[in-house]
Amino acid sequence: MRAKAILLDPTSERSPVIRARIARAQSLERKTFGLLDIAKQRGDVFLDRIEELLKERGHEVRRYRKQRFSIVAPQELKQEIRARCDIVIEALAD
Amino acid sequence: MKRFRDGLIAVVKRECPTCSLIEPVLRQLADGVSPFTVYSQDDPSFPATLQEVLDDRELENSFHLGIQIVPTLIRMQEGQETARAVGWNRGEWEALSEVRGLAPALPENRPGCGSRTEEPGMQFRLAARYSDTGLKSRHIEADADADLVELCYDRGWTDGLPVTPPTVERVLAMLAGTTRSPGEVLGIMPPDRVQCTVEKVAVNAVMAGCKPEYMPVLLAAIEAALVPEFGLHGVICTTNAVAPVVMVNGPIARRIGMNAKGNVFGQGNRANAAIGRALQLAVRNVGGGRPGEIDRACFGTPGKYSFCFAEDEDDGVWDTYAEEKGYPSEASTVTLFTGDGVAPIIDQSARTAEELVKSCAACLRTLYHPGQVADVAAFLVVSPEHARLFYGAGWSKRRLKEELHELLRVPARELMRGYGIDHEIEKLKRDNPEATMPKFKTGSLNVIRAGGTGLFSAIISGLGSITINPVTREIKA
Repeated sequence: MRAKAILLDPTSERSPVIRARIARAQSLERKTFGLLDIAKQRGDVFLDRIEELLKERGHEVRRYRKQRFSIVAPQELKQEIRARCDIVIEALAD
Repeated sequence: MKRFRDGLIAVVKRECPTCSLIEPVLRQLADGVSPFTVYSQDDPSFPATLQEVLDDRELENSFHLGIQIVPTLIRMQEGQETARAVGWNRGEWEALSEVRGLAPALPENRPGCGSRTEEPGMQFRLAARYSDTGLKSRHIEADADADLVELCYDRGWTDGLPVTPPTVERVLAMLAGTTRSPGEVLGIMPPDRVQCTVEKVAVNAVMAGCKPEYMPVLLAAIEAALVPEFGLHGVICTTNAVAPVVMVNGPIARRIGMNAKGNVFGQGNRANAAIGRALQLAVRNVGGGRPGEIDRACFGTPGKYSFCFAEDEDDGVWDTYAEEKGYPSEASTVTLFTGDGVAPIIDQSARTAEELVKSCAACLRTLYHPGQVADVAAFLVVSPEHARLFYGAGWSKRRLKEELHELLRVPARELMRGYGIDHEIEKLKRDNPEATMPKFKTGSLNVIRAGGTGLFSAIISGLGSITINPVTREIKA
């Protein structure tokens, strides 16, 4: 008789990678904002107002939109936001 | 691989009458041949007349020698097998042993018996114990007397109900249900976006209570779930109540004993219950879609334990769902769609197709919200007794769908905002307040047949959108 029972792991055995967060901006001065609409109801209403407020304060604002809320944002979109914006605001709107 | 001593090897068991019969032969060989090794599968005191019999009750040696029949006589030279005789045949045994005049009083020939290695399930037990299985999943060790069901709970592997502990032996047996390789990747599973292999599906299938013969259905269901058009990520993460629903068409449903009749969405049928559950456990364990984490459903649904059934194809009057999608009737397919529950339609008064279709339409109209026409889908499930009314009137399935479509036009003034088509609705109201929109705007109403006795039909409502659609796959291996 074996002393041990062996079970096979049913999970993906993924070890989550813990990444350090990007340092928070010390100041908002001269920062470019990316506003991401995930295509949820009324997300645009919220982001329109945020854009107004940011522009009043002299910030550059770029608008982005996912095709649909229920799918993961495409890699290109994420890279574009990362390359061109300092700060991103996403409207979940739920 | 174990190395065996050169010379002759005989494998026997006491329970086998042929083995008992040839006892004098074994004694003769023991006296005349060296080395001569005898393994007994069930009783090391048999044959009693031999000086030395090796105990193989654990069957390790029989397994490595690939014994299927006892008695078996093998010649080994330089660690390699050079000859083998199964059962008793004097000519063969004399040629192999190079000993003449073996037990002349015995008959010339006697077939042997099945080796104990061939007992049901034994091959998997022995393979798990004595071979490199090639399986890649991590081994979780537990004390032999540990409660393995509780261990599965503690590890977070279950849906809340007990699971069958996924031992190596059980997973090997499950994998025997498919010709596909354990390492084959079926697709990328959300939400963690990890590779889902045939092996991981088999582990979860064991836990869910599947039989090996369900594997082809389950593998096709998982493949369908991982096609982007199905939108599994959205199905898992939505705050709506939907779960993936598995529907099986074609001959395999009957072959593996699936239920398409009475209580079709209920309990009690192993294939229905276990296949649906295995899909859900794979989503949980492989994909990482767990309630309270990324699964944020407001209500959820009991279908998240299991929701799987076969379409009733017995009467052959209407095309099945799979036939509508272009598959021949002899093909077996699995269709995945989203569903959040079963709402019965009770109409025991209708005596004409026209009356009955009105009842169905009235019930379908209210789905999600009477004014919602986008992102809502439904499978209308017609029972045999309701189907007879439509058949009697000569209605095809297409005719029924057309009649439903006409009855399910929602007037502009009743359309509800908030489902992503507000601009379209506003424009329609402005341009033509008398206009209507179809309830199932994107053609997301399907008609199938299932169920038992009684004048009922049922609706399985679910999501239907540009990113969430039913997906059908042929079941192959």
